Amino acid sequence: MALKTEFNLGTDSDALFNELLQAHEGLSREQSEQLNAGLILIMMNHIGESGIIREAVARARAALDA
Amino acid sequence: MARYQFEPFDYVTPPELSGAASASAPVIIVGAGPIGLAAAIDLATHGVASIVVDDNNVVSVGSRAICWAKRSLEIFDRLGVGERMLEKGVTWKLGRVYRGDREVYNFDLLPEDGHKFPAFINLQQYYVEQFLVERCADFPDLIDVRFKNRVLSVGQDETGVTAEIDTPDGAYTLRGEYLLACDGANSRIRRQFGLDFEGRHFEERFLIADVEMEADFPSERWFWFAPTFHPGQSALLHKQPDNIYRIDLQLGPDADPEEEKKPENVIPRIEKIVGGRPFKLDWVSVYSFNCRRIDRFVHDRVIFVGDSAHVVSPFGARGGNGGMHDVDNLCWKLAGVVTGDAAPGLLESYNDERVHGADENIRNSSWTSRFMSPEPGIEMAFRNAALSLAVDTAFARRVVNAGRLSVPCQLADSPLNGDDAGGPEVPQKVGMVALDAPLSDRDGRPTWLMNQLGGRFVCLVTGDAEAPADLPGGVELVRIGRGGFGDAEGHVQERYGDAVYLVRPDQHVAARWVAPGVDDIRAALARCAATIAA
Ligand SMILES: Cc1cc2nc3c(=O)[nH]c(=O)nc-3n(C[C@H](O)[C@H](O)[C@H](O)COP(=O)(O)OP(=O)(O)OC[C@H]3O[C@@H](n4cnc5c(N)ncnc54)[C@H](O)[C@@H]3O)c2cc1C
Repeated sequence: MALKTEFNLGTDSDALFNELLQAHEGLSREQSEQLNAGLILIMMNHIGESGIIREAVARARAALDA
Repeated sequence: MARYQFEPFDYVTPPELSGAASASAPVIIVGAGPIGLAAAIDLATHGVASIVVDDNNVVSVGSRAICWAKRSLEIFDRLGVGERMLEKGVTWKLGRVYRGDREVYNFDLLPEDGHKFPAFINLQQYYVEQFLVERCADFPDLIDVRFKNRVLSVGQDETGVTAEIDTPDGAYTLRGEYLLACDGANSRIRRQFGLDFEGRHFEERFLIADVEMEADFPSERWFWFAPTFHPGQSALLHKQPDNIYRIDLQLGPDADPEEEKKPENVIPRIEKIVGGRPFKLDWVSVYSFNCRRIDRFVHDRVIFVGDSAHVVSPFGARGGNGGMHDVDNLCWKLAGVVTGDAAPGLLESYNDERVHGADENIRNSSWTSRFMSPEPGIEMAFRNAALSLAVDTAFARRVVNAGRLSVPCQLADSPLNGDDAGGPEVPQKVGMVALDAPLSDRDGRPTWLMNQLGGRFVCLVTGDAEAPADLPGGVELVRIGRGGFGDAEGHVQERYGDAVYLVRPDQHVAARWVAPGVDDIRAALARCAATIAA
């Protein structure tokens, strides 16, 4: 399977994006970093396919230069 | 319990200087650490003589290697000291990982039975060296160990090597065909050759203490992230023979080694760990670690083995154990080359296979070091996220990295591997070290599969498989079942199925078939020996 790059979040996308922001409310920078790190680890495990995970990392990294 | 007594080994004026008949041996081994000594014994088991020179005259003083992995024990057993080590060592296989004072994870390094050796034993390096020195004495015609013989420089030409050696009685020159540089992490030979020791230095400092105490701690490896007795840092506890415990305490990068080593600073820390038991401080030292290797291990007739070729941080116990893999891999090849049974090109496969193994060890121990001492910021965030998740979320326990302990190196892509002509779906694969199993011999006495393999090429036939009627020269048949050894507990069937395996002298499986012809075996053998004299 390849990394999905087409939209895949259904009608909840704006709500989910907002919930991500809410999850960080009131956190210090350090806590926020840890929350993000925890989320990434959980999602990485859920995906469970190294090819997809590597592609995701590469794509996110490439986007820094966009 | 009787503690180890350090007894210096005798210095004997070498024959080159005493005027006695000059000795000569095809192989010169520089360094009588565990690796040099093991290499001398391994070569001797192949009938190849060596002279071992060491600048010192005692075994390794102080706290160094303690954890010896199952694979190393199998190699040590082939060399004749495995059972002695097992008997003296503390056997363990369970590791526990704590965050704060709470256990988050434990791992069993050998969850199955039917193996002669356990996942690990802990045994001080000085015992291992002592046992090896004594074992060397069983080969008086093949091993000449010379203490207080310091190598000053090494040279080589088309036909051999020379070593300039200094002794209390003056200097002399030794000549041989090959030289093994087993002179440790600060290898003088490596520096003389101008070889870059590339890799990474970790700034983090660790205090390593051996303490003697009466305690009923179980034989397990305990690792703490940020325990209350050592806030914000990690700690590791191991049990050793003679009521000695190894304690490793992370100190952070800014610690002052001299300050930290002072008893008034060490003792209060240890008191907190051992909870009020009386103890005696045996040894303390402050280390920082490197993960490095040289580019190539084989430089024509000078071959680097053990720490001279590669170093790792100790949290996976991959230093000495990695070096034992080197010895195992090299000695049958070198013996073949020296005796003319194999082409010198075979030595290149030592380079390929052990550079691959060293990279695996460096990778693993670097990952552990990074997990244990993350950079502040995002590295710390990922590390702490994994630790926090591990409390309630199963997957994260396996993400937590408190050491990935030495496991047998897989040689799946080795150029020496021959056919894997299908065969049963079983745990044993081509390129893997053979899996042990309990056997019974023809008289019904118990023995082990590993004790039937190694030292020469073996054609291992399991279950209902058939070997060709005549095997090529230099290959010995070992049959399990059908008139051969008994598969005492069914583990051979389960681990090997019905198949024919070609097993190298280092107990690695080189090829596998269901029903090979003699030419198949000959071809696989030729691959392994570069060109074996027919
Ligand atoms: C704190 C600590 C903990 C460790 N824990 C473990 C562990 O649990 N498990 C594990 O597997 N490994 C462990 N290691 C690593 C292990 O100690 C080394 O990998 C091992 O000692 C390497 O053996 P060696 O024979 O290659 O080198 P060394 O043991 O260093 O031996 C080299 C020998 O060469 C001699 N020599 C040097 N120069 C010359 C010269 N010019 N002429 C003649 N002789 C010379 C030296 O005197 C020495 O005897 C640990 C290391 C440390 C520091």
